[in-house]
Amino acid sequence: MTTANQSAIERYRNNFLREVEANVEEGHMVKMCMQCGVCAGSCPFGPDWEHSPQKIFMMIRAGKRDEVLGSDSMFMCTSCYNCMVRCPRQLPITHIMHGLANYAHRLGLAPKGQPTREFATLFWNNAIKKGRVNELTLTLRHYFRGGLVSGIKEALGMQSIGLGLFLAKRLNPMEIFGGHGVKDLKGFHAIIAKAKEIEDRKKGFTA
Amino acid sequence: MADNKYAAYICSGCGIGDAMKVPQLEAIAKKEGKMAVVKSHPFLCNAEGVQMIRDDIANEAVTHVCIGACSRRAKTEAFQFEGVAMSRANLREGVLWVVAAGKDHDEVRQEMAADYIRMGCAELKKMTPPAGNVKGSSSKRILVVGGGMSGMTAALEIAATGYEAVLVEKAGALGGMAAQLWKRQPFKEPYAEAQETGVGEMAAKVAANPKIKLHLNSTIAETSGAPGRFKIQIAQESGSVSEETVGAIVQATGFTTYDMAKLPELGGGQPNVVDQVGLEALAVAAKGGAIKRADGKEVKSVVFVQCAGQRDETGTHLSYCSGHCCGTSIKQANYFKDQNPDIDTVVMYQDLRVPGMGEDFYRGAQEKGVIFTKAKASKVTGGDSCNVTFKDLILDEENTIAADLVVLATGQVPNAGVDLEAWNPVVTAAEGGDAAAKAARDEMKTISILNLNYRQGPDMPQFKHGFADSHFICFPYETRRTGIYAAGPVRRPMDILQATDDATGAALKAIQAVENAAVGRAAHPRSGDLSFPTARLEGCTQCKRCTVECPFGAIDEDEKRFPVFNEERCRRCGTCMGACPVRVISFENYSCDTVGSQVKAVEVPDEDEEKPRILVLACENDAYPALDMAGMARITHSAFVRVIPVRCLGSVNTIWITDALNAGYDGVMMMGCKKGDDYQCHFVKGSELAHYRMSKIGDTLTQLGLEPERVQTQEVAITDNARVVKLINDYVAELEKLGPSPMKGFG
Repeated sequence: MTTANQSAIERYRNNFLREVEANVEEGHMVKMCMQCGVCAGSCPFGPDWEHSPQKIFMMIRAGKRDEVLGSDSMFMCTSCYNCMVRCPRQLPITHIMHGLANYAHRLGLAPKGQPTREFATLFWNNAIKKGRVNELTLTLRHYFRGGLVSGIKEALGMQSIGLGLFLAKRLNPMEIFGGHGVKDLKGFHAIIAKAKEIEDRKKGFTA
Repeated sequence: MADNKYAAYICSGCGIGDAMKVPQLEAIAKKEGKMAVVKSHPFLCNAEGVQMIRDDIANEAVTHVCIGACSRRAKTEAFQFEGVAMSRANLREGVLWVVAAGKDHDEVRQEMAADYIRMGCAELKKMTPPAGNVKGSSSKRILVVGGGMSGMTAALEIAATGYEAVLVEKAGALGGMAAQLWKRQPFKEPYAEAQETGVGEMAAKVAANPKIKLHLNSTIAETSGAPGRFKIQIAQESGSVSEETVGAIVQATGFTTYDMAKLPELGGGQPNVVDQVGLEALAVAAKGGAIKRADGKEVKSVVFVQCAGQRDETGTHLSYCSGHCCGTSIKQANYFKDQNPDIDTVVMYQDLRVPGMGEDFYRGAQEKGVIFTKAKASKVTGGDSCNVTFKDLILDEENTIAADLVVLATGQVPNAGVDLEAWNPVVTAAEGGDAAAKAARDEMKTISILNLNYRQGPDMPQFKHGFADSHFICFPYETRRTGIYAAGPVRRPMDILQATDDATGAALKAIQAVENAAVGRAAHPRSGDLSFPTARLEGCTQCKRCTVECPFGAIDEDEKRFPVFNEERCRRCGTCMGACPVRVISFENYSCDTVGSQVKAVEVPDEDEEKPRILVLACENDAYPALDMAGMARITHSAFVRVIPVRCLGSVNTIWITDALNAGYDGVMMMGCKKGDDYQCHFVKGSELAHYRMSKIGDTLTQLGLEPERVQTQEVAITDNARVVKLINDYVAELEKLGPSPMKGFG
């Protein structure tokens, strides 16, 4: 991952905007922002982020690569689409934010321990294994992300809900042993591998 | 007087006949008004009613007509009789609609109507039908000063309508500022790419047009006369002088860019820092190829600094936005991007403003990769690599960027000639014999453009920030110098597209002016008025108030300091009449007497009747319409007021106030337009002058034993229909509290 980062730096030198345009989903629209600030004003999470979309776009143009890719802002987006609906320049802001999050994550620059990023990683790894999400292992892994003691505490806190799900036959304890997968698991893995190969090529992650 | 025959016609339509006793009004017109013919009609403004009046004029030799019907602002087309003097007694909007309905008010309503009939008859006797002021031959040629985009457009438009134009250009070639451009901002659909300026073709068209007489390398040595008869001395560079006679003038003298040398902190004067005109020169030299700096190096990165020396709040530089510079910088950034997309182009703006259809052009430049940074540049160092220090206004941090070339958007400074506000004190001092002031005056005069020989100074008055005069809000091309119109960036900051529109408008106004001058008609806002001021000079005390206070510079002075009226320059506001302390100035149909006789015609009740009388002098432009509209909206007010419309509060002569108070009126209220910087006065200064004059009469009132509250001046807008009613009612209440005027019964 670090090598990908270094080669990206090497390739785009000071032109971070061009790097974003080439590698980030809908990144070519960043230059169309006219800095009106409607997105920043529309965001329900506005005060809780490090940078508003308006600022992120300005930082991209100003070439602040480390600050942008290290920002937690893109991970804080709840995909409410308020900004995107209101943007007078019709920038797909939500898509750009997710694109940036993905790019930062893949370069290994996204903030460590950022809860959204951690959970997303957990989710992806879980889903990719059997082609479907194993809810039991996903939740347990999530509970125990901070260690044994806090994991037990969190799990006990949720035990009545777990029991309810079990009685309603919505939770099968046997799933803890690997669980069931999609029909053609091999085929599924092949699809994912191919998709990754295409995306890596498109976004410049092939060595 | 023997040939005059007076007639009064009273309409009983629109409910007037139901609410008022029309026969009684007829009797008053006959007995008190001494009208030879008095008739009433149930529908005076219909064909039959109008025909009745026409027949009397034709068969009974009626020369003066008093119409007692609706407001003078209504039915103007029906009640239009050529060559006949006419007064209007406002029984409908002024009485019927504003006095509360019902029997309780019958008495006061009837009294009010009777007074308006008396006033109409009294006014009529003092009027003569305006004859117009035609002085024989009148020129219909139009002088255009300045041969840039605005001037050329004006000349071509004038020629296209069949009039002759005389175009004077200081330089040796046409084109002005536009000729220095590589391209101009898009002005045609789809508004995406810069376009050819078209200056060359336009100049060729001007040169080839037989209706346009061209004076290149020429300036104006002197302008004298008035609309219809301006005499222009045109001085050639060679020293020879020729004379042209024209009817009107379009001043399209454009702008110069704000001097970069005044911006040392932004690198003004340093190598590789240019202004927008400087960049155009580099682009013209490059002819569409790579743009090179003065030292020959190809530009690989460029920063545009917007609002350089503009929108300045410290008072050092220009305080306004020039409007075109954002679009111009976008255009210039595209010069680079179109030639080589890899050139770094940054536009540093505080607020990006692209008026008109500029938004697509802005988007287009963004698509090409021009970086727009919302930032304020604080320091630019020139040199081989320029550094721009700026504050990023979004990220709120100081930063520095390097560039091969920095372009400053410095904005427009109008070429409007001499600032009359600075000029007048210098001239006064010079006339007093001060040698230094004389030298200063001669020095100031060197920048004059029109060199008018008017008493009021050599150029047009300036509006704001040194731009040539214009009634900015309502009447864009009108100026305070009748028959002289400003067009293009000399009037306000603008781009080429706006300037060509502006020039077309000014050309049409100039045509209107020559046509008006030919028949002795007034220009806006009393368009079509044939009356003009005359002065009984044997009574004149040469006090110069009329010449000084005329907002339009219409009055000069002869060697003995007597006023010399230039009727073609006059806008008929009557400010001179209001100013005159000896009341020698009058119009045929508007004079100290026409209003004074109305003031005196009102029957003022005795003290014990407890019916106060209040005179309202209402400006006919805004206040009187507002009162009419109060009537239309049936907002009722006190029936104790008697309203007289005046041409402008500036025309109010203090004798009217004195007469009213002597006659026992309890109060006088003046309603004029808003004054001050955001004035709404149609004659610019009238309302202000009235306020000033009235501020001086407080002492006089006290000496007479009267309370200063008995004279009030109010500012009213045309939309204030509810407010005028409140002003009247509040004033009536205030005066009732004050008690009756002690002057009652002495009149």
